[in-house]
Formats: sequence, structure tokens, C-alpha cells
Amino acid sequence: MGLFFHIGRYVSFLRSVLRRPEKASVFRRLLAEEMAAIGLQSLGIVALLSVFMGAVICIQTAHQIGGWIPVYTIGFTVRQTMILEFSPTLIPVILAGKVGSNIASQLGTMRVTEQIDALEIMGVNSAGHLVLPKMLAALLCIPFLVILSMGLGIGAGAWVAVSAGLSSMADFEYGMRIDFNAFDVTYALLKTCVFALIISSVSAYHGYHTSGGALEVGRSSTKAVVYAVVIVMIANLLLTQMLLG
Amino acid sequence: MIEIHRLSKSFGDQQVLHDISATFHPGKVNFIIGRSGSGKSVMTKCTVGLLEPDQGHVSYNGRDFTAMDRSGRKSVRQEIGMLFQGSALFDSMTVEENVVFPLRMFTDHSEAEMRDRAAFCLERVELPKAAAKYPSELSGGMQKRVGIARAIAMNPKYLFCDEPNSGLDPQTSIVIDNLIGDLTAEFNMTTVVVSHDMNSVMEASDFIHFVHQGQIAWHGPSDDLLHAEHPELEAFIFASKLMKKVRSTPPSKP
Repeated sequence: MGLFFHIGRYVSFLRSVLRRPEKASVFRRLLAEEMAAIGLQSLGIVALLSVFMGAVICIQTAHQIGGWIPVYTIGFTVRQTMILEFSPTLIPVILAGKVGSNIASQLGTMRVTEQIDALEIMGVNSAGHLVLPKMLAALLCIPFLVILSMGLGIGAGAWVAVSAGLSSMADFEYGMRIDFNAFDVTYALLKTCVFALIISSVSAYHGYHTSGGALEVGRSSTKAVVYAVVIVMIANLLLTQMLLG
Repeated sequence: MIEIHRLSKSFGDQQVLHDISATFHPGKVNFIIGRSGSGKSVMTKCTVGLLEPDQGHVSYNGRDFTAMDRSGRKSVRQEIGMLFQGSALFDSMTVEENVVFPLRMFTDHSEAEMRDRAAFCLERVELPKAAAKYPSELSGGMQKRVGIARAIAMNPKYLFCDEPNSGLDPQTSIVIDNLIGDLTAEFNMTTVVVSHDMNSVMEASDFIHFVHQGQIAWHGPSDDLLHAEHPELEAFIFASKLMKKVRSTPPSKP
């Protein structure tokens, strides 16, 4: 019963969010602010994690190969792991924690301090005004962060492989190019777009429907992250089966 | 004029409003008073459309607000200003941006015109130097005044104030009460104030509705309040020692 209630309310919430913005100039300004908050302010964490993950994948792969497995497998594995799973799935999961909790706590605080009611009283569609710029900013920025993550991860893998003497640059490059399917990148970006929408809308849903006080804002923020991650994982399975299965 | 006709509202099994009817007069400060949990806030939220009533309707100058679609309500809401209990200022914006916000959303005024209007509204609430500050840098009383400035920015026909004096000292409360009274007269607004502060009621009210257990138990002009013969209203008014003393003190001779 609770599940159907939330699904119904979520759909109704999205209908409000997707109404035409009241004023284009205000919307553009909010979009730019949200892109800075979601995109620019996530660059550091995304870059850091991607570099370390690329390096670790490289060392782990080198540790496991030996004997008859060719060394170029290191470049191949780093590429495939970064493009297929780490960048398009784990980066959004990390962003669900950073961006999702931020969205939920911001909207939750606005709800309990009656700022959302103030918007409604003025005649502003509060859901559209507050949430649509966040969803659009996530949709525009997270795929770019994922592309950046892919590049940095593979680059870090190559650097570690060569500097630690695990592989020559030529072998790494050969592994990176071998059996490359451009659809893998398309698949990765498609699912990133879906995850971006899930993270932003699920977090916003929980924040927007907060009731009570500071304790409930904290709870909404936690719920937003947990539900966003679980739904991202389910969507990941379904999309992978649909696109690659 | 705002008219409420046979409004009912329940939350689950708990009926909060029972068939309530009331009229709020233009150019007057209309108070809704009552004990905590009596239903006065729910009544106000149903009146402004933040809650949907189960039955009954609300009309603004004859326009049935409850029957309106989203766009109809939007146009009525642009005629409403509201001061919230916690001020509800947008904390990411400066004071000036808060006041300008409704103008930016719903008018085609130039930037200079909007700034002029904000300056006028802030001047009117005696906060001309607070424009560049953020709400967190202001005291509670100043936040309330900024809330009033934002509420009047669009020249509203109707002003709602939810517990405008909560958390304020008695002197600041009087400043807010007088400001609400003055602005109501100046802009000929229909003002509705929700309060359980008897000082405020005595200071600023023109007309009073007493809500008890989800019903209007008494209503009338504020001059009649102290002589009203209604047990629950008497218990509410004369709850404090000060008010008991007021009642027991004979009027002084001129």
C-alpha cells in the first residue's frame, strides 16, 4: 500500500515539476546556479575517485594476470571497467550521496521553514520552480562528469601501469584499443542520463515531501540517498539487460 | 471581502474543522483567535489553498476560489500577501532579492523599477538599510518586517498573517501590530491575522473570530470582545493574571 502511495505521489510530483516554468529568465538563472552546484562542485570528488579507481584497477589486474594471459589485458580491463561500470554507475551512486542528500536537505529545510508554502502562496509552482532546474542540471552535468571520469581513470591506469613497470605504454594502448565497441560508450551515457534523472528526482521527492522539523529533514536526506541508490541499482540491472543482454 | 462557507476538514479520523463559516471584511484587521489545536491554522491554510477542504468553499470578492483550476487560483494568489510564523524568507537571497522575488516572477518591470519598489516596501517597514543583508543576519522582528515588505510588494488585496508576533518581545510585537494595522488602512486590504496573543488582539484587531474545537464559537467587533458572554471565550481571554486584573479593575473616571 505504502509503495503504491509513493509511486502515485511521485508521478503526481513529476507532473508538477514538468510544467512550463513561470518565467524563462528566472529559470535560466536557476539552471546556471544548479549546474554550478551539481557539476562544478562535484568535479573534485569525481576526479579524485576516478584517478584512484583507475590506478587500483590497473594494479589489481596486473596482480591477477601472469603466465599465458597477455599484458595488454591490463589496458583492456581498465578501459572496460571504467567505461562499462565504474564511471557510469559508481560515479552516479557517489553523486547520489553528495548531490542527492544536498537536494533533499535543501528542499526539506525549505519545506519545514514554510519557504515552499511562501512560493505557493505567491502563485509560483514550487515543485517546478525548485526541482526542474535541478533535474535538468543533473541531466546536463552528470554525463560530462562521467566522461571526465572515464578519461581520468584510464589515464591514471596508464600512468600507474607504466610508472610501476606493470606494462609498457604500447601494451597498455594496444589493450585499450583492442575489441573496442563504441556502443559501450553510448550504453554508458544512456544509463548515466537515466541515473541522473533518478538521483535528482528521487532526492527532490523526498525533500519536497518532508514534514516536521530538523530531525525529519535529516531522515529525508538519508532516505533520499538510500532510495536513489537502490533505484539506480535496479535500473542498472534492467538497462544492462535491455541494452547489452 | 473573503467569505468562507461551511468549510470542513479532517485528517484521517480527526475532524479539525466542522462546517465553519466566516466573513473577513475589507480595510479591516480580522483576527482569528483560539487555543492551540483549535483549528485556526487549518482554517487559514484552507482559506489560502495550502490545504484542500473536504467540504465548503472560499470566495474572494465573490470568486469561488475552491472551484478554480490552477490558473484561476494563480491569479487570485497574486492578490494575496502572506506573513508566515517563521517569516519564511528565502535564506539564499538577500533582503532586497526576497522583496523583489514576486515582482520578478509575475511582472515585466525593469530591474530599476523592481529595485525602486523594493526600496519603497523596505522603507515602509522601516528597514531601508537592510537591503543587502541576508535573513540570517537579521533579528526575528526584522525578519517579520521583511516578510511584511515582501507580502506587500505586489500591492495585495488580501494580507494573511500567521502568528505575526510569535517569538517577539512585547515592544517589537506592538511595532508589528501597528504596522499591520497601518498597512491595512493604507492599502485597503482585507487582512486576516491568526493569533493567540491577547496583547496583539487588543492592539490591532477590528473584527474577531474565536475558533473553538473546529467551529466559530464567537465572532464580532473587537470592542465587544471583553463583554462577550461566552464561557470558552472568557476562559481564553482572561487566562492570564494580567487580563484577570484588567477585568477586575473598575474603569477609571474621566
